[in-house]
Amino acid sequence: MSTETNSKSESNLEKVLKSGQFAFTGELGPPRGTDAEEVREKSKFLKGHVDSVNITDNQTAVVRMSSWAASLIAIQEGLEPNYQMVCRDRNRLAMQADILGGSALGIRNMLCLSGDHQQFGDHPDAKGVFDIDSIQLIAMVKQMRDEGKFLSGNDIHQPPKMFIGAASNPFAEPYEWRVHRLAKKIEAGADFIQTQCIYNMDRFREFIRVANEEGLTEQVYILAGVTPMKSVGMARYMKTKVPGMDVPDEIIDRLKGVEKNKVADEGIKIACEQIEEFKEMKGVHGVHLMAIEWEHKVPEIAEQAKVLPRPVFD
Amino acid sequence: MIVANRKPFAEIKEMLQGYHKVLNVGCGTCVSVCLTGGEKEVAVLNIELEMARRLDDDPIDIYAHTIERQCDREYLAELDSLIENEKFDALLSMACGVGIQFLAERYPHIPTFPAVDTSGLAVNQAVGWYEERCRSCSQCVLGFTGGICPITMCAKGLLNGPCGGTNKGSCEISNEQPCAWFRIYDRLSGQSRLDAIKKINVTRGWKDQAPRNLIQPGYKKPEKMAK
Repeated sequence: MSTETNSKSESNLEKVLKSGQFAFTGELGPPRGTDAEEVREKSKFLKGHVDSVNITDNQTAVVRMSSWAASLIAIQEGLEPNYQMVCRDRNRLAMQADILGGSALGIRNMLCLSGDHQQFGDHPDAKGVFDIDSIQLIAMVKQMRDEGKFLSGNDIHQPPKMFIGAASNPFAEPYEWRVHRLAKKIEAGADFIQTQCIYNMDRFREFIRVANEEGLTEQVYILAGVTPMKSVGMARYMKTKVPGMDVPDEIIDRLKGVEKNKVADEGIKIACEQIEEFKEMKGVHGVHLMAIEWEHKVPEIAEQAKVLPRPVFD
Repeated sequence: MIVANRKPFAEIKEMLQGYHKVLNVGCGTCVSVCLTGGEKEVAVLNIELEMARRLDDDPIDIYAHTIERQCDREYLAELDSLIENEKFDALLSMACGVGIQFLAERYPHIPTFPAVDTSGLAVNQAVGWYEERCRSCSQCVLGFTGGICPITMCAKGLLNGPCGGTNKGSCEISNEQPCAWFRIYDRLSGQSRLDAIKKINVTRGWKDQAPRNLIQPGYKKPEKMAK
């Protein structure tokens, strides 16, 4: 693995992956206000059930508590945050400043993303920054960490420690390009990958097959994205309204096939079946569970998916 | 060419509030071709303004004059005697942002107002349809992107696309907007040149963040203008 040469991030997630254990990460969306309690409340459900928790960054371009601030609250609650950073809202100066600040205060994982276009969100007329893109962001964090240099080339006094994450969407066209894009992210410096929510297992198996063939899964840790469906409506919404999402009809049919009060359970069951397959799949090193506004279900899902207890390191 | 769109009538009328003798200056080049600010459009706007002001019981005396190019001193000079003689209390320009500024600069004592919103460098896709193609970023990448500009055509201006939001060949912002990187992939694939985008495009320094000047080799700013 590429990370073996620079394992200085002190990240728990990195330790789990390097120890060869199947990783299990979660997600937490910061509140649309200043209520730290909301973050603490959600954190309780995740603590002890995941190796690291992604703290989203103005997801879907809707303003929320900043991801580094919510990350710090998560640390106070005993969680390890995976600080998400999008290229939409900050230029290279602000990004580097936040990386330094995050690292100084104990953030050890970052997920580098382009970010949903501002047109989706609650400030559709905002100026999108996109000074650099996600691949350039990965390379920038790596340069800061490994070379101790800012993007400008100037030296950093005490460089940041970060385990560098990136996203991959095997379901967005052109499909053939997705593995090349993964390769570019690895070349840029990604240590681990979290994928888009997987529903089309055939397509994902094919993606991993090619990634294995190209030797990419030997160079980066891949965490398969799983989002349990809460309802038939959610499944339909994901299928038709979320760009880059691939929800096969059989998923919707399966949810429709059970009694109304059993749909959520069926959604969790499907997710757990997927997780079972991922555990055995060559080239997959863990699961990233995105239980959207369903944090309280994480203990139950982790239990049912048989990923407990989570490893603990000194 | 440079394309522009006429401002909403109410906005133009509001800007001219309190002015009673106005010259509306059209431009015979780009904005004329894109059906926004040529001789005909100047005439139409003037009629609308005259009628509206008459209804308000606040008549306006509005003149029309379209010159070949407002971004060129030689053509602007045509207006000197008219402006001197008629003592306009405001100028209205239907040229692009460049022309409007050059007009305002030539007659700095007269308030000058824009009648159009300049929207970019575009191609004429069909009659009346203009599609933006260039953001004049000062560092052209078309050589490795198959002749398709990601700075302009990708809603995020990505240099290493496509992102995960590609939606069956469309951009995540709209089904009507083709994904630039999907098209770049497609074109380069057809030319067996995918290697051009397999390598990482490193972070670039933006060259359009401060006012730009172009002085060709062998030329220099005239002394009276070089500060």
